[in-house]
Amino acid sequence: MATVISNERLGDGVYHLVVEGGNGGAMGQFYMLRAWGAYPLLSRPLSIHQVNDSGVDFLYHVVGEGTEILAGLKPGDKLELEGPFGTGFPHVEGKVALVGGGIGIAPLYYCAQELPESDIYLGFSREPFRTEAFRPLAAELTVDVGGHILDSVDFTAYDHIFVCGPHPMLKAAQLKGIAAETAGKRPDVYLSLENRMACGIGACLVCSVSCKDGQRKACADGPVFLAGEVLFHD
Amino acid sequence: MINTTATIAGVHFKNPIVMASGTFGFGREYGKLYNVSLLGGISGKGLTLHAKAGNPGVRVYETASGMLNSVGLENPGVEAFLAKELPYWETLDTARIVNLGGNTLADYVLGAELIQRDADARLLRGKPAVDMIELNISCPNVKEGGIAFGVKTPAALEVVRAVRAATRLPLAVKLSPNAEDIAEMAEMCEAEGADAVSLINTISGMKIDVRRRRSVFNNLYAGLSGPAIKPVALRMVHQVSKRVSIPVIGMGGITSATDIIEFIMAGATVIQVGTYNFMNLRAGSTLVEELQQFMAEENISSLDEIRGIV
Repeated sequence: MATVISNERLGDGVYHLVVEGGNGGAMGQFYMLRAWGAYPLLSRPLSIHQVNDSGVDFLYHVVGEGTEILAGLKPGDKLELEGPFGTGFPHVEGKVALVGGGIGIAPLYYCAQELPESDIYLGFSREPFRTEAFRPLAAELTVDVGGHILDSVDFTAYDHIFVCGPHPMLKAAQLKGIAAETAGKRPDVYLSLENRMACGIGACLVCSVSCKDGQRKACADGPVFLAGEVLFHD
Repeated sequence: MINTTATIAGVHFKNPIVMASGTFGFGREYGKLYNVSLLGGISGKGLTLHAKAGNPGVRVYETASGMLNSVGLENPGVEAFLAKELPYWETLDTARIVNLGGNTLADYVLGAELIQRDADARLLRGKPAVDMIELNISCPNVKEGGIAFGVKTPAALEVVRAVRAATRLPLAVKLSPNAEDIAEMAEMCEAEGADAVSLINTISGMKIDVRRRRSVFNNLYAGLSGPAIKPVALRMVHQVSKRVSIPVIGMGGITSATDIIEFIMAGATVIQVGTYNFMNLRAGSTLVEELQQFMAEENISSLDEIRGIV
């Protein structure tokens, strides 16, 4: 059992949840959260926003019944945390860009703490959030509202690019990685995928991802994959 | 001393709590969270002769007290299972059940033969790591095979007969609630030499995305599981157990010790836990403890006292 320290509304449907409890974790890993009984049936996977002294922080967007319940949590409320699960972003050397779209910025804050001097690109379709928290951690911070954040990123200028955001953005990042390679640069582009999950530990195969070498599990083999490995069907 | 043991075709279950196919992988992942040898048994992820990629698109959708899945039997195939997973199963002290599916009759038979050959080879070196085959003729999420065999009794019997001839391992047949007549199907399975029947598999269901005006699933329909189906499952276990003399393995929406007791009272010999594994990753160890506690509170010293009493 973990305890809610704070659950602050940052903007339209976006919340920052700080809990006491959990077992730390690496950048890009996630926890399965549950703050209810039998319904909704499934726990909700949320990526680690940061590891604090006594627990873990999460940044989430209210999209359905589960996150709606999470949004109602008050300091002192209890919730179940299972994790950390998944294979996160690697610790890398060289010039790094962290690129987040919308709620996809959530895991990148921890990356920014672990990889100081990264260039950080944050894109929002409407109201931006948490951008000022990123500023002191960034070599350079670029914020875009209403456009396409990937347009601001020169993929040939980095050794490693970490991307998290909606599916079309991940697919676009994959194409930009290929284009950079064609131009003679070879950035390692890592994508953090958000898939529906049931167990979160690799047993149910609900979150299967089509990859060049066959089916992989977003929860256990990922959620972070090298962009070149993933086959996007739509 | 509370006795929770059960036996099916010579296979010993230390308790009636078996993890259901498709929800437990091959046990490894949950094995990192608790000692899975506490369990009565494990039914592994459904296998087909050859590896299967499963269904594209959305694979899970929550419903009121239930869940629709359209995984489509993604699995590594029988041979990869025997090579990569059985060494882990050898380390477990629980009943190990292979769940076997197929696209064609020949697939079922070849799969069963491979498992039998492996069991024979292991018997020479020590002991087999497979205690039972659970024949899946009831997966609603694959276009060929699967439920096509499980709805029509003659088709089901052809598979059961052929697999029975291909293996000497204890054989349970997993039945579909979508069968035309599940009790008749169970009787016929018994007549064909099945050692047990497992029921129920998921109920065929649907979810429409009204904004996109289409089913959320590429295959249109998906399999409903979870607490929502428990009353249906319980009724079917009751009906079938009154009609057959072989053991019934009951499942469908079990999330508590009282749910287990209900299924045992309806006539089940052991039960399987599926969707609850997703609601509580430690479902197995939770239920083992709760069942002991409940039996102590209710002065039930053995499950035999209450089996089929309703």
